[in-house]
Amino acid sequence: MPLLYPLVFAAFLFSAGVYGVLARRNAVMVLMSIELMLNAVNVNLVAFNAYLQDQLVSGQVFALFVIAVAAAEVGIGLAIVLLIFRNRETVNIDEVDLLRW
Amino acid sequence: MKELAWLVPALPLAAWAVILLVGKRLPDGGAPVGLLAVAAGWVISLTILSDVIAGDRDAYHAAVVWAPLGPGLEIPLGMTVDGLAAVLLAMVTTVSMLIQLYSVFYMRGDERYTMFFAKLSLFTAGMLIVVLADNLILLLVGWEIMGVCSYFLIGHYWEDAANARAAIKAFLTTRVGDLGFMAGIFVFFWAAGSFEIERIIEGVESGSISSTTVTIGAVLLFCGAIGKSGQFPLHTWLPDAMAGPTPVSALIHAATMVAAGVFLVARMYPVFEASGTVLNEIGIIASITMLISALLALVQEDIKRVLAYSTVSQLAYMMAALSVGGYSAGVFHLVAHAFFKALLFLAAGAVIHAVHSNDMREMGGLARAMPVTFTTFLVGALALAGIAPLAGFWSKDEILTDAWNAGFGHGVEGLATSRTVAQVVFVAGMVTVFLTALYVARMLWLTFGAAYRGHGQPHEAGAGMLFPLVVLAVGAAFGGLLALGDNSISTWIATPLLPSEGPATLNLGLILASSAVGLLALALGTALYRRGLPEREYLERVPPVWTVLQRKFFLDDLYERGLVRAVAGALAPATYWFDQRLVDGAVNGAGLGTRRLARGLRYVQSGQAQWYAAALFLGVVGIAVVVTQLVGR
Repeated sequence: MPLLYPLVFAAFLFSAGVYGVLARRNAVMVLMSIELMLNAVNVNLVAFNAYLQDQLVSGQVFALFVIAVAAAEVGIGLAIVLLIFRNRETVNIDEVDLLRW
Repeated sequence: MKELAWLVPALPLAAWAVILLVGKRLPDGGAPVGLLAVAAGWVISLTILSDVIAGDRDAYHAAVVWAPLGPGLEIPLGMTVDGLAAVLLAMVTTVSMLIQLYSVFYMRGDERYTMFFAKLSLFTAGMLIVVLADNLILLLVGWEIMGVCSYFLIGHYWEDAANARAAIKAFLTTRVGDLGFMAGIFVFFWAAGSFEIERIIEGVESGSISSTTVTIGAVLLFCGAIGKSGQFPLHTWLPDAMAGPTPVSALIHAATMVAAGVFLVARMYPVFEASGTVLNEIGIIASITMLISALLALVQEDIKRVLAYSTVSQLAYMMAALSVGGYSAGVFHLVAHAFFKALLFLAAGAVIHAVHSNDMREMGGLARAMPVTFTTFLVGALALAGIAPLAGFWSKDEILTDAWNAGFGHGVEGLATSRTVAQVVFVAGMVTVFLTALYVARMLWLTFGAAYRGHGQPHEAGAGMLFPLVVLAVGAAFGGLLALGDNSISTWIATPLLPSEGPATLNLGLILASSAVGLLALALGTALYRRGLPEREYLERVPPVWTVLQRKFFLDDLYERGLVRAVAGALAPATYWFDQRLVDGAVNGAGLGTRRLARGLRYVQSGQAQWYAAALFLGVVGIAVVVTQLVGR
């Protein structure tokens, strides 16, 4: 399989993730979009690992790391969203602007 | 004993620290600490001096490296104990000890009693450092310690604005001279590669320093001496220094401060001696100074001011001696003067204590009320006037003899002073003898003669104040013995480069002439002031002279209108503007600019996480583009 296919696929995945992060109002949706972007990276890592025929399979190992980090990130992220919802009765991130000037 | 000489300045220095830190909790406000310190130094000094007298003439030298600043640039902390230092140590500690003892009684009840003694100790330490210093940097340290102490002590009663002004004037005027002094130090460091006085003298003697450099350096060093020793044209601070308490005046005018300038010239005498230009300059300046200050002493109403001007005049005498090759005569006069001038000031202090005024118009007739003070004052005053056989007679006569020999007599071998200058010095010296005796007679009659013109009932001072007076009077009366005989002061202070000229050669004709002039002036003064204060001062009948003398030869006016006004009127506002607008403006501007910028930029902080994420994303894309464009090729 040529390298191009997985790379194009990963690019679509990443762009969808970026769009989700920037355009969605629901904080849970934003977190899910971040997962999309991370997985686009994972696709790239695996694709390049296969392409370069790395004997140490470091691309796949790295992908596993990313999955683990992503799980942890979602855990923390959801906890934050949960707390915000408890305090402000909303998960709309437009309304969460405590850092405003 | 010479290796212990460092203790002499170190003890008063330690006393200063102790009094400053815990003085108020010590018995009698810490005064005994200062007194004990200087007394211990006095014992050491006398032992050293007796060693020197006994024949131990070798200079003892000890040094540690103080500040190693790199190869060839080390500032040593060292001392030279030779005959000159030994004589000065003994003189300074003796006079300073007596003055401190006197102050215990004179200053009793003063609100800054403890501080006063702290400052006296530091002042004494400063002078002792100058005396012992083997290098110019250490000498400068002691020199400046004295400068700052004189500022503190003259301004001791700073609540009165005039006193504070006098303190500032003394500090700034001497600083003008110090500028030259420092420049001189650097000239000699540059030329000799060392701050050590011995190295510099070696360089001058061996000719490795060019004569032009020696002249420039010596003139600059002499600037410092002009400022410190109150020579024309920087003498104006000395009379104003009378604002301080009387013991301070005694200390400044006798043992320390003003003596430092003369000592500097004596310590570096081979350097000054090498340049005829410098010796001529010293001679001319000394002649001007002794004449104008003696004239000014004639018209003062404040007893301390009379003494102040007489100090200026007598210091000029010492400088004049040095200018005509009279190394030992100058140092001898320095020692003799220290005794009789300290005595005069302390006795004047006792008088002021009794009549509560400095003004001689409110004194008179005190001889009967204060017999001991009168007797001692009389001894000091006659010594000042140079009446035989008191100390001032011998030293003054030695100076006149040296000037005569250099100017009119057989000449002095190897002396670089021009004959004309020596003649000027001699004539000025003779005129000053006359003027000195005249103002001494005026001061004596106005203070102690005729009838009492002040208020209240003056009474004799206590025994504690009289004791130092009597001791100093003995010194002032018999100080002449130092210069008589084979083993005299001139052999003690001689160095291989400055061999003793042997016992003073007394020129009988000269002695008779100067004594006649002095006695004549005393008689004239007696005739003029015997009945106390005249209706109008005699000189007042010659208006131009009177105006010139009242205005102090317009020097104060010149400084006030010219220098002070130029500095305070133009330079000070300009520097203030520069500091406030440019320096502070830059600092404030940096803060203000940041605030202004932030006011615009803070709207970026919308609090919208997605907006931040978009900015982050764009940034990463931007960096990626740049990196691929630059690195990718």
